Amino acid sequence: MNKRIFLDPLFKNNPIPVLALGICSALAVTVKLEPAMVMALSVTLVTGFSSMILSLLRNTIPNRIRIIVQLVVVAALVILVDQILKAFAWEISKQLSVFVGLIITNCIIMGRIEAFALYNKPFPSLVDGLANGLGYGIILIAVSIVRELLGSGTLIGYQVIPQQWYVANGGFYENNGLFILPPMALIILGLIVWVFNAKNAKRV
Amino acid sequence: MDKGKRNGNIYTIVYAALMVTLVAALLAFASQLLKPRQVANMMAETQQTILRSVHLEDQPYEKYITDTVAGPDQLPLFICTLDNGTRKYIIPLHGKGLWGPLWGYLALDDDFSTIYGAVFDHISETPGLGAEITTLFFSDPFRGKSLYHGDQFVSISVLKQGRSQNNPNAVDGISGGTLTSRGVENMIRESLKPYLPFLKHYE
Repeated sequence: MNKRIFLDPLFKNNPIPVLALGICSALAVTVKLEPAMVMALSVTLVTGFSSMILSLLRNTIPNRIRIIVQLVVVAALVILVDQILKAFAWEISKQLSVFVGLIITNCIIMGRIEAFALYNKPFPSLVDGLANGLGYGIILIAVSIVRELLGSGTLIGYQVIPQQWYVANGGFYENNGLFILPPMALIILGLIVWVFNAKNAKRV
Repeated sequence: MDKGKRNGNIYTIVYAALMVTLVAALLAFASQLLKPRQVANMMAETQQTILRSVHLEDQPYEKYITDTVAGPDQLPLFICTLDNGTRKYIIPLHGKGLWGPLWGYLALDDDFSTIYGAVFDHISETPGLGAEITTLFFSDPFRGKSLYHGDQFVSISVLKQGRSQNNPNAVDGISGGTLTSRGVENMIRESLKPYLPFLKHYE
């Protein structure tokens, strides 16, 4: 049961390509691999713990302010993540800028709380939240590897494509600037959606 | 707990009040705990930016830079003493770009006219266009330019790309980033104005 809760959001029901949630930040923070990894980790922690906390509270929450209670818990966690990044990962928090704050509005989080955490025990809810965050993270990392490698020739800041290949050094190669711009993220994401749809169609 | 009680007004209000107080206390505590590190990070970044304006990146700040104030209005000024003893005067700049604030530092030679170095930064200029003001491509040509034409203060003009050749009072702007380029031009002129009496005094 828990294994299925964990594996389902990674592949079969991945939040980005299958459920089309969290697209906005997937386009914005995937220029470089490192911020994408930090973003993936932040979202995973927030989805996991907000689902667990709200599952613990699920039998006490007044029905009429249900959504507000969810928002307060999510917002508190996001502010904590933002403050911790500012204290311990200044450069990355600058690159992620407003997108950390916007984790609050990431549909994956509220979606998993409403659809799962409010009806399930804390541990499965934690697993479900973490898995959905990881499912989001896998896509973010996949997109950012392609974009950083082809757009900047580096991975996590390390030069991967040999310097002597570049035209400037007498070679034949040039970085493709289009990969740094948001439209290319949408195209790569489209390709990933294609792969997922093709696979899921076969299974049905 | 049964459903009826959970929907009552008093229960709802008390629940909301308690939850909000708890969360606020938690966040306030976290903020207090992390503040010193955040302030240190911010300071370190400002110091690095100031050092970049005199081409001394990653050098110890205290060794080269003295914080001071200029004139009766107590304007902030940073004095940099290079290894060979020459002094550079660094003036902070503040202005607005197309979408949000711009800022930067301008380092002057001791004739208070020749620019020794410049750095610019921004919050929300367009990536690839206005945001390019942070790159050396934009800021390096400021080096060696002059704020005075004869003894007239003319500041630095940011002109259309390719127009600034052989002009000691102008640099190239960014194609497609005209409004941000103009923002930089205004920022330099307006930020330097209050310093002019002081700069004259040193001439």
